[in-house]
Amino acid sequence: MATLGPYHFSPYPTAVVEGVLTPPPGKGLLYNEIVDEEVAMREAAKQMLTRENPTIFVGPLIIYAWSDEAKENAKLVREMAEVLNAKIIPMVDYRPKYPKINPEVEINPNHPNLTIWHNNIKVCIFIGVHCHFANVALKIIRAETDCLTIAMCAKMGHEDAMITVRDQHPDDIRKFINIAKEVKKELGK
Amino acid sequence: MSFNIYKVNEELREFMPPEILELEEKATWGNPKRGVMDLPYAKELLEEHSLCAGCPESDAFRYILASLPNPEDTIIVNSTGCTSLVFPQIALHTVHSLFGNQNAVASGIKRVLEYRFPNKVKDVVVLAGDGATVDIGLDCTLQSFFRQEKITTICYDNEVYANTGGQESGLTVKGHVFKMAPKGKQWDKVPMWQLAIDSGCHYVVRMTVSSPRRVEQAVKKAIYVAREVGPTYIHLYTPCILEIGRNSDEGLEEMKLGDKERFSFFEYMTPQAEEVIKRKKEEGLI
Ligand SMILES: Cc1ncc(C[n+]2csc(CCOP(=O)(O)OP(=O)(O)O)c2C)c(N)n1
Ligand code: SF4
Ligand SMILES: [Mg+2]
Repeated sequence: MATLGPYHFSPYPTAVVEGVLTPPPGKGLLYNEIVDEEVAMREAAKQMLTRENPTIFVGPLIIYAWSDEAKENAKLVREMAEVLNAKIIPMVDYRPKYPKINPEVEINPNHPNLTIWHNNIKVCIFIGVHCHFANVALKIIRAETDCLTIAMCAKMGHEDAMITVRDQHPDDIRKFINIAKEVKKELGK
Repeated sequence: MSFNIYKVNEELREFMPPEILELEEKATWGNPKRGVMDLPYAKELLEEHSLCAGCPESDAFRYILASLPNPEDTIIVNSTGCTSLVFPQIALHTVHSLFGNQNAVASGIKRVLEYRFPNKVKDVVVLAGDGATVDIGLDCTLQSFFRQEKITTICYDNEVYANTGGQESGLTVKGHVFKMAPKGKQWDKVPMWQLAIDSGCHYVVRMTVSSPRRVEQAVKKAIYVAREVGPTYIHLYTPCILEIGRNSDEGLEEMKLGDKERFSFFEYMTPQAEEVIKRKKEEGLI
C-alpha cells in the first residue's frame, strides 16, 4: 500500500514488502503503479500545487558545488520552488546531529518526521539526496507522517516515495518545471 | 576531492543554516602553514557541537583540525564513540567505520588513494577513542603498524568507554571505579605508546591537549612522517570530565595534572622520521 502514511506506526513501513518496486527506465511510479514519466510528473506537480506547505528537500548532491551538473541543478531547484510556490529546506548532512537539529531550517534523514511535523508539511520533493539516505528518510516519513513524498532521483528511483521519477538530470528537471507551469495554469494558480 | 565539495551553491546559500555556511566562510584551507594561531578567526567545529560542555575532546578537535597541513586532501577515519558525534559539525572528509575497524578501513583508503592519485598527496588520519583503538580495535590498530601503513593514528584517551556510559577500557588505570566498573579495574593501564613503538611506528607522542601549540607540532610531525615513512601514533589525554566528576571548566586543570604525571610529554622518533622532521622544519612547515 504505497499510499499516504497511516498517521501512526505502520507495521509495514517498506513498500517493497507489498511488492512495489522502482520503475523501469523511462517510466515513473505513481503510488503502486508504473506509469509514463510524464504522467507521474503531472501528478507530482498537481500535488505540490494543491497540498499544504509544499517543500523541496534538497540534498548534498545539489547543495554543494562539486560538479557542473550540481551547479546547474541548484539553479533549477530555485526555479522549481518558484513555480510550485514551495519552500526549500536543505538536507545539509546525513549523520545524526545531536543534541538537536533546527527543524525550521534543516532536515536530517535520521529523523525527517520532526521537520515534517514541525512545519506541517503535507507534500514534499526529495532531490539531490544520496540513495541510501533517501531510502531511510522516505520509509520513516511513510510510516510516521501523512506527508506525500515525491522523489526526483538521478538514479533508479525510490519505491518508498509515493511518486517517483528516475534518471533525472538537468534536461529532465527542466521538463518537469515546464509541466509544472502547465499544471499551474490549468489549476488557475 | 577539492574545495568545491564544501562550497555551497550560490543559489542555495540563503537556505543554509548560518553556522554551516561559516564552516566554509571561516575555513583556512589551502595553506600548509595554517595552525592553532588561526583559531580565534577561523572555525573548525560548530559552536553547538554534540560533546559535553567543556569536554577536552572538543579542544583536541579544534587544535587537530586547525593543524592539518592539507585539509582539502585529508580523510579522517573515525570510530563510534563521543568523538564520532562531532563529524556532522566539521567541514572535512570523514568516514565512519565500524567500531574498532578504523585502522583497517584507513589502510584501505590510503592504498586506494595512492593508486588512484599517484601524483597527489592525500593524508589519512584515524581519530578514535581508547576503547576503539586499544580494546576492540587493537588487532586492526597493531596490524596496520606491522604492515607499515602510511597513516596517522590519533587516540583520544579518556580512560573510559564514555559514550556508552562508563565501562572500563584497556586504558583505564588500575583500581579506577566507574559507574559500570564497580569493583574497580584489576589490571594495569595498557602502555599503548610503547606498543606503538614496538610495532613499528616511526613517530610516537604521548601528551595531554593542555598546550595547543604542542598539539599542532605533534600533528604536523606525525602527518609529514606518515606521508613519507610509515605509521605514526599520537596518544592524547582528553579526560572525560563527566565520568570522573569534574565540572565543565575543570578539563584544563585535569590535563595540567596529567602533564605532570602519567601523561608527561613523551616523544619518540626513528632516524628516518627525524630526517623528515628536520627537513620540514627547514622548509618552515613545522
Ligand atoms: C561493534 C560495536 N561494538 C560496540 C559498540 C558500542 N559502543 C559505542 S560507543 C562505545 C564506546 C566508545 O569508547 P571509546 O572508543 O573509548 O570512545 P569515547 O566514547 O570514550 O570517546 C561502544 C562500546 C558499537 N557501536 N559497535
Ligand atoms: S561523556 Fe565524557 S568524553 Fe564524552 S563528550 Fe562528555 S565529557 Fe566528553
Ligand atoms: Mg574513551
